[in-house]
Amino acid sequence: MSTIAVEPRQAIQPPDDHPEEVSYLAAGHTVRSWLLTVDHKRIALLYLVSITVMFFIGGFAAVIMRLELATPQGDVLWSADGYNRAFTLHGIVMIFFFLVPSIPATLGNFLIPMMIGAKDLAFPRINLLSWYLYIMAGALALVVLIFGGVDTGWTFYTPFSTMFSNTMVVPAAMAGFIAGFSSILTGLNFIVTVHTMRAPGLTWFRLPLFVWSMYATSLVVILGTPVLAIALALISVERLFHVGIFDPALGGDPVLFQHLFWFYSHPAVYIMILPSMAVMSEIIPCFARRPIFGYRMIAYSSIAIAAIGFIVWGHHMFVSSQSMYAGMVFSMLSFLVAIPSAIKAFNWTLTMYKGSVRLETPMLYALGFIGLFTIGGLTGLMLSTMSTDMHFHDTYFVVAHFHYIMVGGAVMGYLGGIHFWWPKMSGRMYNELLGKLSALTVFIGFNLTFFPQFVLGNLGMPRRYYEYVSEFQFLNVMSSAGASILAVGYILPLFYMLLSLRNPPNAPANPWRATGLEWQTASPPPTHNFHKTPVVTRGPYEYSPEGAEAIDGNLNTAFE
Amino acid sequence: MWNFPLLPEIGSTGALENTLVFWLQTAVVTFFTLFGFALMAVLVYRYHRGSNVDRSNPPHHNYSLEYFLMAGMFVVGMVFFLVGAVVFYRLSIPPDNALEVFVVGKQWMWKTEHTGGRSEINELHIPLGQAVKLTMTSQDVIHSFYVPAFRVKQDVLPGRYTNLWFQPTKVGRYHLFCAEYCGTSHSNMIGWVTVMDPSEYEEWLAEGGRGPSMAEQGEQLFVQYHCAGCHRGSQTVRAPHLEGVYGKSVPLQRGNEVYFTMADDRYIRDSILMPKNEVVAGYEPLMPSFQGQINESDLLKIIAYIKSIGTKEATP
Repeated sequence: MSTIAVEPRQAIQPPDDHPEEVSYLAAGHTVRSWLLTVDHKRIALLYLVSITVMFFIGGFAAVIMRLELATPQGDVLWSADGYNRAFTLHGIVMIFFFLVPSIPATLGNFLIPMMIGAKDLAFPRINLLSWYLYIMAGALALVVLIFGGVDTGWTFYTPFSTMFSNTMVVPAAMAGFIAGFSSILTGLNFIVTVHTMRAPGLTWFRLPLFVWSMYATSLVVILGTPVLAIALALISVERLFHVGIFDPALGGDPVLFQHLFWFYSHPAVYIMILPSMAVMSEIIPCFARRPIFGYRMIAYSSIAIAAIGFIVWGHHMFVSSQSMYAGMVFSMLSFLVAIPSAIKAFNWTLTMYKGSVRLETPMLYALGFIGLFTIGGLTGLMLSTMSTDMHFHDTYFVVAHFHYIMVGGAVMGYLGGIHFWWPKMSGRMYNELLGKLSALTVFIGFNLTFFPQFVLGNLGMPRRYYEYVSEFQFLNVMSSAGASILAVGYILPLFYMLLSLRNPPNAPANPWRATGLEWQTASPPPTHNFHKTPVVTRGPYEYSPEGAEAIDGNLNTAFE
Repeated sequence: MWNFPLLPEIGSTGALENTLVFWLQTAVVTFFTLFGFALMAVLVYRYHRGSNVDRSNPPHHNYSLEYFLMAGMFVVGMVFFLVGAVVFYRLSIPPDNALEVFVVGKQWMWKTEHTGGRSEINELHIPLGQAVKLTMTSQDVIHSFYVPAFRVKQDVLPGRYTNLWFQPTKVGRYHLFCAEYCGTSHSNMIGWVTVMDPSEYEEWLAEGGRGPSMAEQGEQLFVQYHCAGCHRGSQTVRAPHLEGVYGKSVPLQRGNEVYFTMADDRYIRDSILMPKNEVVAGYEPLMPSFQGQINESDLLKIIAYIKSIGTKEATP
């Protein structure tokens, strides 16, 4: 495996008459060169910064909530309304402004063109437009949620949201509406790019599984998000003009809203988790030093998840007054969607069989992902069971379950991916010891925070409770204590990654000795990614465990 | 704070069935979780970089293993599905002899009404061993009636009736929670379900004084809202009499087409609030709507009255 020569240091970079030699980071230093860039890599960094800000704002709301819930009485926040606004902010920011765009808009934007040997996405300007839409929506959401406050929860259930809430529901819905268009444009861009811009020789079954999974995500995004936009628009219409759509007092049907909402929001779970699965499929073979186990099964399972994910939404509504027989159909289909997810987890695990496993930071995050995703997925089977859901619906059991999927799964995957591709994106290595420490801290803190919530849910503690009965206190204190550890785990990477930027670029082109095309160019890559369009002649994961063992002695040098 | 339960009480027949399903699932889920973690640990340990093991010819795929896994998952899933659907069905269909209690949810309290006329706020007293069927509606937003000890929950919606039933098996006081977020004081929309010995329950009912029953109160309202003017033998306006109607099927007319519907709570309610939607065959759509004029509690009483005369002979 030949590695390309390390990129020249910034100090000795050639002058501007050879722009193709300049790394994308050095291509311009003005604010204008960032805000008007059409380079997919720079847009990815714009997203990275904005998403990180959103993550910590959403996280801060979670801190307030966990503090409030440390005692049964309301005391930290001034009122129940304050708490209701905090969880609404947490939900809206984390879902619409962190989880949905997280991996696609940062790693997807950065990597898809590089992985397929292209110079950019198919529509670079639309890519920039989608970031501006995101920023508009994000700014609107923050102003509304922080300075005004919305108390509907991120689910906007009617008729509460349309006729009863006295908060700024319509601007919040507008923010979601605009953010939706940002994801639609990104999804569209990815689909067209993957179809039309693959390098010569890069057939569909030579695509990295990252690309397959992002492709499946994009399909879900462009098919599902318009329905959310419709639902949010209808909320605004009923609220502003009193047109009876959802409120029975006006002749509407409140359950109709739930159907529209979950038609998007269940697939949205796959919008959040499929990209993390994309990251897993890159990290695990690289750190197991062998071809991924069951390539085609993993590729097809992404598509299967995307397809079946669209027909299970009614499992959120078993006790909503939906017909029991409809519930049975949704319950059965929900068990089917678990199968492709299980296939993936199983194949990733088996990829270590006969491998040469290195437990570097990205791999620790990946193993953490598999573990937490397994727990989240299997408890999902319990919730798909109608009788069990009758008890668990709207309790902390559900809260724990979806945090295992979306925080334990999606955020672990996101952080694993950021660690894996950080050398490529920034040209710097981070401190490996701190990296491992962060992965471990997040894993432990996460379980301490959310496992007690399964027990709370089984005891019957409903979600979205500002005050609760005193026998639930011990488990809530445990959860809050765990959350403080989790917070440390999340702040650590921010700290050491920013610190790594103070060094001059020190990352080799391919520090992990990975096989993907993105590693065959410099770190950080030049503006046009490749000096010459690569020609692909083999599959994506041609690692050799025996080879890895043979050159074992050289491996450590990569990190120095 | 230190004296806390780890498992919820089992307070009803349904809770027992539900708990059995829960433990079956917990066993299966725990097994697979431990299997997954163990497999990971073994593989990481055995194939850790530098370990002296055979790494030749790592397999690229193994379709028969994958199909076996898929089939296994399918079987486990279908077992869960079937067991869950059967128990859900049993928890959804109340027995015929169930004691009927009415529930109105509103921001942020539960009002329960017994057919005998006694009503309570954030409390529900019921006799041990007796199946209880709740007919519930909301005055404003969606609420959800949830009793963890009975493992049952049902959303309570404005504009329609939903049902929930349970048969308590243990005397005691059990938490009642609103499970669907309903605004500012959602977390205070809580109360108690008190299960009493049947004899104590009788005493408790008597304690409330011998006020008029729900049906009797409903009859007063029937007169007060001028329903009686037309539906009780007025000569000037032709309106159907309501004796013997409840629980039977009624012929409705839409254009030239006649069809039948069951005269149940839903039908009576909609006929009061949206009288022009389902008009009895042979009558003119003359009745005015009472939308916004009668509160949910009074509607339930009027329905109770119409139900009480459902056993009488229909008069022509």
